[in-house]
Amino acid sequence: MTEPAPIELPEGLWSQPAVDTSAVPELADVEQVQLVRTPASLTYDFTPGVATTRFLKAIKEKRLVGERCPETDKVYIPPRGVSPVSGLPTTEQVELGTDGTVVSFCIVNLDFTGNAQEIPYVSALILVDGSDIPIYGLVREIPYDQVRPGLRVGPVWVDDAELTTSFENIRWWAPNGEPDVPTEQLADYV
Amino acid sequence: MPDEAATLDDGEVLHAPLTLEYPFRRTTGPVIGAFFTALREGRFVGIRDRSGRVLCPPVEYDPASGAPLTEIVPVGSEGEVVTWSWNERVREGQPFDRPFAWALIRLDGADTPILHAVDAPHDAMAAGLRVRARFADERIGALEDLTCFEPVA
Repeated sequence: MTEPAPIELPEGLWSQPAVDTSAVPELADVEQVQLVRTPASLTYDFTPGVATTRFLKAIKEKRLVGERCPETDKVYIPPRGVSPVSGLPTTEQVELGTDGTVVSFCIVNLDFTGNAQEIPYVSALILVDGSDIPIYGLVREIPYDQVRPGLRVGPVWVDDAELTTSFENIRWWAPNGEPDVPTEQLADYV
Repeated sequence: MPDEAATLDDGEVLHAPLTLEYPFRRTTGPVIGAFFTALREGRFVGIRDRSGRVLCPPVEYDPASGAPLTEIVPVGSEGEVVTWSWNERVREGQPFDRPFAWALIRLDGADTPILHAVDAPHDAMAAGLRVRARFADERIGALEDLTCFEPVA
């Protein structure tokens, strides 16, 4: 954990009266403790489950797979094994395209702690071809103020040697040069 | 899920460690701040309540009346075990990586006990055991400055 920046505490912050330490001369000329770190941490052995395991194993091969709801025909990515709409198990795996369409986005101007991104950057919801729910991704290789709904993008993968069963295999998404998708076709996904 | 969807070609469901962590900091206030300042200096302090008892660790308000307390008093670094419990199954982050005793220790000059670990074998633990504090070599003004207690030889 990185050491957080120091905090200047305002005068009069504490409602309690000052203490009398005159009986303890060793405390007279030393800096008083005002802050303590109380980090809280929980370590899990996380399992993504069967359906998402299939997705993660595919993404290691630079493939994107979703799963279809048997009732609504909607294709979910990343699949969780169950349709969130019908509650039924998703039994059909669907090989998706790897490109997608920006349906919504956010220009990030805040530097979150531990985030190495140069600001501003664009975080977007991207509808992968053949799926019915957008996924999060960064959009780069285009000026942030030119990102728009309907923009066609493709994934920029890590080097093949670095591929793992992780969504971080996709470093970011970049314009693929195809014409924009008319935004009215995206109405169901925003 | 007992159907064909719940199977994998190679049978192996992934898993990986996941740590969820919050880097909290909190202000101590003047009373707990004085206690941690003293720990950093390698000593203990308590606070005198309205009935004249010395409470260590110090509390900010009188347990009986709720009035604010302000009189910090010195407390010894030795004391005696009031009661104890053996911790057989040690968890990560605890003071030792082997079974050890948690004890309530009343320090000399204090009227209330402090909870901490004792570095002593099971058969040495007893109510009335004299113990002394072992402080960390590098102290930062936090509870970790107190490593444990150990029997007075």
